[in-house]
Amino acid sequence: MQMPSGEKFKQQNKERNDKYTQYVELVSPKQSTWKSLSSAFWIGGLICVLGQVFFDLARLMFKVSEDKASTIALIILIFLTALLTGIGIFDKIAYYGGGGSFLPITGFANAISSAAVEFKAEGLIFGLSSKFYTIAGPVIVNGILSSFIVGIIYFIIGLF
Amino acid sequence: MRLFDFGIELDINLTKGNKTIKRTKPKNAKQIGKQTIIFPNEPKIFSTHSIVSQKEKDGPFAGYFKDVLKDTKFNEKTFEKAETKMFVYALHNAITNAGITNKDIDVLFSGDLLAQIVSASYCARLFDVPFMGIYGACSTMAEGLIFSAMTIDGGFAEIAACVTGSHYATAERQYRGPLELGAQKQKYSQHTVTAAAAAIVGLVKEGIKITKATIGKVEDYGITDPANMGAAMAPSAMGTLVQFFIDTDTKPDDYDLIATGDLGKLGSDLLRQLMDEKGYHLGQNYMDCGAAIYDHEQYTSEGGSGCGCGASVLDAYILNKMNKGEYKKVIFAATGALLSTIITQQGESMPSVTHLVLLEK
Amino acid sequence: METLFMYLKVFAVGGLLCLIAEILIIKTKISSARILVIFLITGVVLEAVGIFEYMKEFAGAGVSVPIMGFGSSLAKGAIEGVKTDGIIGAFSGGIIRTAAGIGAVTVFSYIVALIFNPKSK
Repeated sequence: MQMPSGEKFKQQNKERNDKYTQYVELVSPKQSTWKSLSSAFWIGGLICVLGQVFFDLARLMFKVSEDKASTIALIILIFLTALLTGIGIFDKIAYYGGGGSFLPITGFANAISSAAVEFKAEGLIFGLSSKFYTIAGPVIVNGILSSFIVGIIYFIIGLF
Repeated sequence: MRLFDFGIELDINLTKGNKTIKRTKPKNAKQIGKQTIIFPNEPKIFSTHSIVSQKEKDGPFAGYFKDVLKDTKFNEKTFEKAETKMFVYALHNAITNAGITNKDIDVLFSGDLLAQIVSASYCARLFDVPFMGIYGACSTMAEGLIFSAMTIDGGFAEIAACVTGSHYATAERQYRGPLELGAQKQKYSQHTVTAAAAAIVGLVKEGIKITKATIGKVEDYGITDPANMGAAMAPSAMGTLVQFFIDTDTKPDDYDLIATGDLGKLGSDLLRQLMDEKGYHLGQNYMDCGAAIYDHEQYTSEGGSGCGCGASVLDAYILNKMNKGEYKKVIFAATGALLSTIITQQGESMPSVTHLVLLEK
Repeated sequence: METLFMYLKVFAVGGLLCLIAEILIIKTKISSARILVIFLITGVVLEAVGIFEYMKEFAGAGVSVPIMGFGSSLAKGAIEGVKTDGIIGAFSGGIIRTAAGIGAVTVFSYIVALIFNPKSK
């Protein structure tokens, strides 16, 4: 008898497995498309409008530059997200909003604050601090990476 | 390849390379067919207890669940400690209800969903009892009952106990993500049941007999979506059930109830389909504990899952009905998806196993 | 009137972007983390080629609140960093410009975590 291997196992059962997974794909209940799309649309639009409101208010009240006002607006949105996450409401908003609450900066902020609240149980250093960026890590890592690449390209272009 | 060194020598030969190894069948062989074993000494479940959370109490089995946890932290600091406490609660009450003490238990079989089965071990720590940890994911209750019956019937213990359970928060933390994370759930994902149940088995006069059991094989039909555990587990449920019917030469209609652990709505539909393809029809007497434990009002999409799902329904509903005489022959087949988050992130599919016990009154 | 029209544009464009994200989540098997990164990098690229500035003028918060805005900030920061600090600016520029956001999310999440506990459902 030969030693079994994972590859051979998958090969042997490929036909049966493909048939089964296709059937499962067919009969698995899916999210009602129209409902999800419309709630994603209006919750996403609403959050962006909120951001615009904060931006305009910051410009009006503090007479700051566009850049600073933009930053202030984002910080307020982040604060609200963290608060709602802590209270326990944000995930209900996200249940309806889907992409609408996930794509704006609120998704990023919820990922970090929910991880922070969750892993506090394992202590402030080993739990909270080490698991802080687990969900949002990809954004930070890829963001820094891609901005670096842009910078380098710009630098090289600038040399000519 | 098994080697028996007692009993009568028969001419059953196994080929290993060029050599032939003589096998002997023991005098007290208790196997029938290919995967099924029998317990001629009739070990009986004579005491059980379970505890659930408010969400399960709000479901269709409300009248059957007696002990309810109002606060899922069970007055503990973390959800993991609460899960351990639930195990302790279930086991302690099962023991005292039977009129025995923990000293009377010869072996405890226990397992759970958490890494290193901590809930099981930390519960066992408090009971001063010989402990064997087991892992079958959500099939743990059946696995525990099989081991208990085997040790009793084989004369290795006079009284055996098994306890298992699950907790929504701990499973979510380990398998999916922080509780407050706003991730959209798929329509076919199941809600982990917060419940624990214990059973005590022994050679007594009164109780529910464990007469036969089928030890499941690991099946993998290539499902890779960790949210779709029902689809991953249905094939092993089909495999074990079909083998049981073949080994015992019976059919689904011969039993009052066939209950699977936590296939969920999609999983149980898939099982019916798979069983029909094999020539066995699951009729009105088939129930899936996961699909039945919540009703659709409770926003749980596909139903419940977790070790505690099948275990608590078994204790509160199935055994209850059997004690009243309403069910006489019940198949309890608990289904478990054997994955971890790491291995599925590495692109692997989800294998599953289903263990089956036949209970008779 | 002008502001009302602006708000309408913000709503429509922001909603549309989220709609696209939702379509990707439902119709494809791409995980949400990957979708987020795709939008992020799109923002980086759009800013690098100069298109994002026009999008921001048109729809304001509609494009800057979604994660694309974060991406564009990173790219803009890196470009400015290179202009002032040369090659070192490529490393520091992006982070410097988005530092307020990252700092805010860290501080607020920490404080919120100290006060609140997660709830089991």
